[in-house]
Amino acid sequence: MSTSTTLTPVLSANWDRPDSFTLESYRSTGGYEALRKALQMEPDALVDLVKNSGLRGRGGAGFPTGMKWSFLPKDNPNPRYLVVNADESEPGTCKDIPLMMANPHVLVEGVAIASYAIKSSHAFIYVRGEVLHVIRRLKHAVAEAYEAGLLGTNILGTGFDLDVVVHAGAGAYICGEETALLDSLEGYRGQPRLKPPFPAVAGLYASPTVVNNVESIASVPSIVANGIEWFTAMGTEKSAGFGFFSLSGHVTRPGQYEAPLGITLRELLDMAGGIRAGHELKFWTPGGSSTPIFTDEHLDTPLDFESVGAAGSMLGTRALQIFDETTCVVRAVGRWIAFYAHESCGKCTPCREGNYWMVQVLDRLENGEGTEADLDKLLDICDNLLGRSFCALGDGATSPVMSSIKYFRQEYIDHLEQGGCPFDHAKSTVWGGDR
Amino acid sequence: MSSTFSDETRARLEVDAKEIIARYPRERSALLPLLHLVQAEEGFVSSAGIEFCAEQLGLTAAEVTAVATFYTMYKRRPAGEYHVGVCTNTLCAVMGGDEIFASLKEHLGIGNDETTEDGKVSLEHVECNAACDFAPVVMVNWEFFDNQTPDSAKKLVDDLRLGKDVVPTRGPDRLCTWKEASRVLAGFSDGRGAEGTQAGEPSLTGLRLARERGWTAPDPDRLPAAPAETDEEGGA
Ligand SMILES: Cc1cc2nc3c(=O)[nH]c(=O)nc-3n(C[C@H](O)[C@H](O)[C@H](O)COP(=O)(O)O)c2cc1C
Ligand code: SF4
Ligand code: FES
Repeated sequence: MSTSTTLTPVLSANWDRPDSFTLESYRSTGGYEALRKALQMEPDALVDLVKNSGLRGRGGAGFPTGMKWSFLPKDNPNPRYLVVNADESEPGTCKDIPLMMANPHVLVEGVAIASYAIKSSHAFIYVRGEVLHVIRRLKHAVAEAYEAGLLGTNILGTGFDLDVVVHAGAGAYICGEETALLDSLEGYRGQPRLKPPFPAVAGLYASPTVVNNVESIASVPSIVANGIEWFTAMGTEKSAGFGFFSLSGHVTRPGQYEAPLGITLRELLDMAGGIRAGHELKFWTPGGSSTPIFTDEHLDTPLDFESVGAAGSMLGTRALQIFDETTCVVRAVGRWIAFYAHESCGKCTPCREGNYWMVQVLDRLENGEGTEADLDKLLDICDNLLGRSFCALGDGATSPVMSSIKYFRQEYIDHLEQGGCPFDHAKSTVWGGDR
Repeated sequence: MSSTFSDETRARLEVDAKEIIARYPRERSALLPLLHLVQAEEGFVSSAGIEFCAEQLGLTAAEVTAVATFYTMYKRRPAGEYHVGVCTNTLCAVMGGDEIFASLKEHLGIGNDETTEDGKVSLEHVECNAACDFAPVVMVNWEFFDNQTPDSAKKLVDDLRLGKDVVPTRGPDRLCTWKEASRVLAGFSDGRGAEGTQAGEPSLTGLRLARERGWTAPDPDRLPAAPAETDEEGGA
């Protein structure tokens, strides 16, 4: 493997300016020039541009962004809406929040371009509620943009009108699922809707709606400014461009690494100073807790949609949670499943009941009180969840369980044989690593 | 009467409610911010708060209750002036969040979802707060307190109870109260959006390394030849 992949800061390129979040600072690095350029194009040409760039959704599923925009029915007389998914709650995922904190204007500019492209004059940014300062920053940026004539009526004198509303959620992971998000934004409990109809046809207020992730929308201005060839010069053929790789856990320098898709964990770890001193890699998630875990076997798997899929997981949100040999995998999985059980919206039985039972079984196993048959029971429950739950939350819950049993079956059995957890949890803490 | 607001309170909140409702194409979308608004008034969502939201939107109290109870940020009992959330999702738990949560419970003498007797601090364990690269993470009134330890967290709650100035790691210059925070969530600016740092260290690690090594995204004016252009040569 060549180690020639380098970082490619685009969205984060201005983050080391203390005033990076202000309009003045953003403009001084070329901000809003892409909007100016976009407003001189035909909306459909913009949709084609984004389609041809190969940009795929950065919210987890990787659906082609331009294609999603092109699905809005031409003959529907209802108003169209753009809804930005800023709910970022998938465990491990921590890219959109620092992006909106440091560079909210790149999102606002992306919102303006995307809205113009899909002929919408009303956009919403649905932010999870538990990030107060990010909400302030976004509202500050939106206010600055209105003031400067970059939002509101007759934007940059072109006759294009756009209102942008920053909407705070109230604590519910499921509201990141796009149809649950729409229900929540309409003032209901956030529960997923049956698809089809997809939001493109019947979304917010049953009107044609595009729902995109923060990073997807924030990537649009750079594509408009620099062109398709520029974008596709990064990444792989089917996974074009750049994205944030968020390293957390037992690494020397955790943080945000903006790189071409297709970079490997080995390369990223090299840049991050490796696993923390004196320890070694045990397991990691390539894209959040809903993506099957990987081990040191996968250090050279290119982190693009296809390669990660072929290796048995999913690229997801590029949330690389990294755990060293001090970490008990049974404890880690048990905690994730407690999360899914807590966040299950209760609409469908496989997820509501399945996660409840998995918590009981995993608790038993962690305390060394279960039996080996419990492992089959877990796999059985996963079987009833995967593909049978109403939305992807239920599917996601099976990922840590099935993959951990696949790679670490013996560790579950060790708990049973020893009648308890063989690990000293203090050693995995930040301050306990040297003990 | 505890189940409705006083006329004075209602009159004042109605002005805010109108402003909230006007932001949306359809009234009902205002429900979440309205619930944040009544929480800003009382520190929790009371039956009077529910009643108020219902009246503003022409809903029944039952319809509003069904929504309020779905979301974890709406509290059914008064939260402390400072609501402390310790992340105990897997990554933070492993990195020390469990120890932090345990030591805060002991130090404050309260359990999950409880408030100290002086009403100053309430405690809760929370799910991943999108700051895993700053683990272990503690939130106070939904502001970030990054890279915590049991000791730093104990000092933090002590300072809160003593009324000392407490500054979030990534947030405004001064911590606001739970009620003030709820008002920001309802969509009313407190004018502090430009305060505080733009980014924490982990957010900048990749960028700093790129600067050090001279790594950038491609220059759009000097792109390497696309593979398609060499097709002819390859075929010849
Ligand atoms: C349980 C669940 C939670 C999700 N959370 C988020 C989220 O926080 N942010 C996000 O952008 N997408 C999230 N998604 C994916 C969205 O449903 C949707 O695919 C995405 O917002 C589309 O945007 P994109 O095409 O730009 O990626 C979630 C999906 C599920 C099933
Ligand atoms: S899978 Fe879970 S979260 Fe999704 S609809 Fe069913 S119960 Fe709700
Ligand atoms: S796990 Fe604690 S912030 Fe993500």
